Amino acid sequence: MSKYLLRRTLGAMVVMWAVATLVFFMLRAVPGDPFTAMVFDTGDPTAAEEMRRAFGFDQPVYVQYFKYLVQAVQGNLGTSIYGSRVPVATIIAESFPRTLSITVLAFLIAVTIAIPAGLISALYKYSALDHGVTIVAFLGLSMPDFWLAILLIIAFAAGLGWLPAIGYAPLSEGFGAWLSHLIMPAIAIGTPFAAIIARMVRSSMLEVLRTEYVQVASSKGLLRWQVLLQHAFPNALIPVITVMGIALALLMAGAVVVENVFAIKGLGRVLIQGILNRDYPVVQGAILIVSGIFVLSNLIVDMLYAAIDPRIRYE
Amino acid sequence: MALLSVRGLELHFVTPAGRVRAVNGISYTVEAGELVAIVGESGSGKTVQAQAVLGLVAQPPGEIVGGAVEFDGVELLSLPEERMRTLRGRRISMVFQEPMTSLNPVLSIGRQLTEAMRLHLQLTRAVADERAVSLLGMVGIADPERRLRQYPHHLSGGMRQRVMIAIAIACDPLLIVADEPTTALDVTIQAQILALMQDLTRRLGVALVIITHDLGVVARYADRVNVMYAGRIVEHGAARDVYRRPAHPYTIGLLNSVPRLDRPRGVRIEPIPGSPPDPAHLQPGCAFAPRCPYVVDRCRREEPPTVTFDDRHVATCWQTAALRPESG
Ligand SMILES: Nc1ncnc2c1ncn2[C@@H]1O[C@H](COP(=O)(O)OP(=O)(O)O)[C@@H](O)[C@H]1O
Ligand SMILES: [Mg+2]
Repeated sequence: MSKYLLRRTLGAMVVMWAVATLVFFMLRAVPGDPFTAMVFDTGDPTAAEEMRRAFGFDQPVYVQYFKYLVQAVQGNLGTSIYGSRVPVATIIAESFPRTLSITVLAFLIAVTIAIPAGLISALYKYSALDHGVTIVAFLGLSMPDFWLAILLIIAFAAGLGWLPAIGYAPLSEGFGAWLSHLIMPAIAIGTPFAAIIARMVRSSMLEVLRTEYVQVASSKGLLRWQVLLQHAFPNALIPVITVMGIALALLMAGAVVVENVFAIKGLGRVLIQGILNRDYPVVQGAILIVSGIFVLSNLIVDMLYAAIDPRIRYE
Repeated sequence: MALLSVRGLELHFVTPAGRVRAVNGISYTVEAGELVAIVGESGSGKTVQAQAVLGLVAQPPGEIVGGAVEFDGVELLSLPEERMRTLRGRRISMVFQEPMTSLNPVLSIGRQLTEAMRLHLQLTRAVADERAVSLLGMVGIADPERRLRQYPHHLSGGMRQRVMIAIAIACDPLLIVADEPTTALDVTIQAQILALMQDLTRRLGVALVIITHDLGVVARYADRVNVMYAGRIVEHGAARDVYRRPAHPYTIGLLNSVPRLDRPRGVRIEPIPGSPPDPAHLQPGCAFAPRCPYVVDRCRREEPPTVTFDDRHVATCWQTAALRPESG
């Protein structure tokens, strides 16, 4: 097991190195650099030259690359090239919890709604209830997240005035404040995710209910809930977890989009601003963190497999 | 009074393609402690009639059109599901055909072996675990403590079927219905499992219904045999009588299609030509007529009569009298 974890960690580092390298060179493949634009107004070409030197951009690209790698491994992601030159690590430490909050909340809401909905759909196959869940799921799937976000703001912020339309409150200001700012973005991105999970739970459960071991469980005279929840459900969950892992990428991407609608300064906004400003260190750092999250969530999915399915053992 | 008595059971399935007449009025009995076989080709309705007896047929698409099932003095077909559930796994248990798929892959052997005991007999975990160990010993599994902690994928097919048998006897049932319990196993293991089931049920005094398509195998173990074809029982009698002196052309065909030691030299193994009728499109008259070497005109027109001879040997056929001239 520990050997397996070691191998997975090495794999993760290779993936993150590849991502870092790709981003590093792609950013520099675009002609020009940020400094020319920055000092364009002043009309002073020496100022740009000076800044280039200060950030080490005057050196050959391969030197810059190795410097970047060495620093990144030491946890130093550099500083923003703008304003007061805030360290990238600080920017990420500030913005990332917001994005993570939205993603995790969306995940929790989606899963708590989707799993029961999918189960009910499967158990009352072709009933009015099942059709209802199906219709809602398809609506949820076909609604773009930013559009849903706007609808939510119109209804619950502008209309009813129950929730703040925009902004963010950290947990330190209280759970209520935190939740009231995040619930709408979380629902906006969690809805299509919930729709996918509900459909997946339904089809997977229907498949498991046809298996012989579920018949055997019934033939033992077990209570219906025992047959469904103890025998069928864990087996039905196995393919659902795969989809959850993949769909988590969807959630992160969604968070990046709706942060802009709700004016929450999360990783998504940082990234977009960084790209617009060609703030190389910021873009590099933000993408590195996102890739790290993906690698980590993949690892968690694989661990979950092993926890549910005794046939899976890692060594 | 018989432990199990099935009378005129009729079971249909309503499908988009039409009404499938899977079981067409079968009657048989099982006495306490007795070993009864139900034999027939695939599709003759053996499995679904057993599921009907245990109340495991989903309705719809299933539909019990008629008949009665009496078990231990209780009429089962009209029994409320909650009471039926307390009989299942407790008084009647079932062993399924596919040991590779009848155990839940994510639950431990111990869990699957003890859950019915804990529910029906209200045993504590410790007592149930203890009993599980002795049950695994009874079905011939070595190192039972370790096996209890293992999962199905650690066990071979033969071992899994032994576990299924242990599960079936766990709550001291009166009747076990085993649906082709050895069909999926190697030939050498088949004999071991059948001998184990025969021995255990005899020792514990449990009645056993073995469903199979192999008349040869079953005649060695069963007390009585019911031969099933197209949802009907076409021949019934003591296993020895049916095996030595089959009275229905279908039974004769079945016996000719399996190797047997007492076969006269020169008689070849011959499968029955053709295939069983589609239960969605049953023709009038005898369902076996299209494949029967002894067929006469009236077989295709009229339902065959049920002929009793040699005391308790029964066949449903127009030609039985001609095939067995000495019987009356
Ligand atoms: N759920 C079902 N819906 C429609 N037909 C069914 C269903 N279950 C069984 N049948 C039909 O009933 C007949 C008997 O099946 P079965 O009892 O499995 O045969 P056996 O066990 O003798 O091989 C078959 O023709 C089968 O197609
Ligand atoms: Mg069958």
